[in-house]
Amino acid sequence: MNASIRAQFPILHQNVNGKPLIYFDNAATSQKPLAVINAIKDYYEHYNSNIHRGAHHLAQLATEKYENARTTVAQHINANEREINFVRGTTEAVNLVATSYGRKFIKVGDEIIVSEMEHHSNIVPWQMLCEEKGATLRVIPINDSGEIIFEEYLKLLSEKTKIVSIAYISNALGSIHPVKEIITEAHKVGAVVFIDGAQALPHKKFDVKDLDCDFLGFSGHKVFAGTGIGILYGKESLLEAMNPYMGGGEMIKSVSFAGTTYNDLPYKFEAGTPHIEGGISLGAAINYISEIGLDKIAAYEEELLAYGTEKFLEVEGLRIVGTAKNKASVISFLVNDIHPYDLGVLLNEQGIAIRTGHHCCQPLMERLKIEGTCRASFAFYNTKEEIDVTVNALKRAVKILS
Amino acid sequence: MQKSITEIENEIAEEFDLFDDQMDKYEYIIDIGKKLPALDSKYQTDDFLVKGCQSKVWLHAYEKDGRIFFEADSNSAITKGIVALLVRVLSGQKANEIISSPLGFIDKINLRAHLSSQRSNGLSSMIVKMKAYATAFA
Ligand SMILES: Cc1ncc(COP(=O)(O)O)c(C=O)c1O
Repeated sequence: MNASIRAQFPILHQNVNGKPLIYFDNAATSQKPLAVINAIKDYYEHYNSNIHRGAHHLAQLATEKYENARTTVAQHINANEREINFVRGTTEAVNLVATSYGRKFIKVGDEIIVSEMEHHSNIVPWQMLCEEKGATLRVIPINDSGEIIFEEYLKLLSEKTKIVSIAYISNALGSIHPVKEIITEAHKVGAVVFIDGAQALPHKKFDVKDLDCDFLGFSGHKVFAGTGIGILYGKESLLEAMNPYMGGGEMIKSVSFAGTTYNDLPYKFEAGTPHIEGGISLGAAINYISEIGLDKIAAYEEELLAYGTEKFLEVEGLRIVGTAKNKASVISFLVNDIHPYDLGVLLNEQGIAIRTGHHCCQPLMERLKIEGTCRASFAFYNTKEEIDVTVNALKRAVKILS
Repeated sequence: MQKSITEIENEIAEEFDLFDDQMDKYEYIIDIGKKLPALDSKYQTDDFLVKGCQSKVWLHAYEKDGRIFFEADSNSAITKGIVALLVRVLSGQKANEIISSPLGFIDKINLRAHLSSQRSNGLSSMIVKMKAYATAFA
């Protein structure tokens, strides 16, 4: 990982507040390589057109590129195209399943399981469903290191369990959950499993068949593609059994006032003109990271995490929040009793972008008895030098704030 | 004699003119916060919280001899400095003057530009709350 990769990300080459930008907020959103930027540009410059409808050249081209992107995503996660639904992002993927699957199959007394460290997007849609159906939301507790307590999960499972929904990787702490084991156990009681892959797809090879997950949601903007696009993967048989999420164009076969028939997968869940260039950008992003190699990316990020952890701990009074054995390249931290936001402001003054706050995980913060953390999250275009600069900047900020 | 809002604003602007480095400016803001008298813990409750800030800010006001006095605290050092500046400008002023002040010093000392939008919202929330107190006492 080196200059040639950084050269692919134009946004990284700028000064912020007079200092070279250091972008350590990758868990919130990733930056985009030229391959993605150019794919979007190319779409608008050469073949912008509505898809699946027109017989003309541009419409055919746009349709082909959009559907190629679907194939790219399908191959990337080892699924077939009918199982790949373009959505707005992880949030919409969860809501779609909670609505279309949940409304149809969840009944009074059923139980849905999430973990204590989920993103609000993977809590609230289930709460809404439970409220509507008279079902119960059960919560897997975590230990002080930020790992789910597997034995407690096993205790929650029963024939009442209908859905288990859990993140592969925690956005707030970086903990990697044992999703394969979670899925195996859920299937034993006949529950389906939704994996929130928002933080996993940028860092890991994901194989839906190997994991045997029933649903997977992720966001394009976190995997180096444009914003407003994401994926819901679902096993074909489950998607077939579900009702459509939204009604409109694209998702229908025929419409009449006597009755409407729905389109086949994957169009059944894609009402209206889709986010065409978004889908194309996602295909471009996945091709880009596949070319670099996800194994190589994962290995390099592990190196950054190990180096960053060691260096950050050199800052006096710094403690890392979330010390799971199995962790992605995220360092959540606090320094003495300094408010995270003060550190965020003073790092920003030095050109460094980190995230501060509760990271959309208020229940987790409550469990940890903190208001929030500072979070530095690394991508493969980050460097050890950037970590060094950040550590010095942190020391300066801490000195001012102490 | 109580200085006017504009007089105090000008003083602050002059003080901040001394810094070209933003980090020094923040260091100064933090120092100002440290000098803010502690807020009685009975006011450090949700009832006195200013909403819309990423950190906690508590604000209390009372009236004496036709003037409004403010007391505040925050669990963020920078926010505490900022609210201390507002207290310095507005505390001891008459209600109608507080309500009508555009608080031009904020732009002059270049705070808004260097605080994230979230914080800037927080700043606006503090001002709204202070003016609301003044309105209540007017
Ligand atoms: C673990 C996790 N789940 C869900 C989301 C929501 O993703 P989006 O806002 O792209 O829908 C995020 C993004 O912050 C996340 O990190």
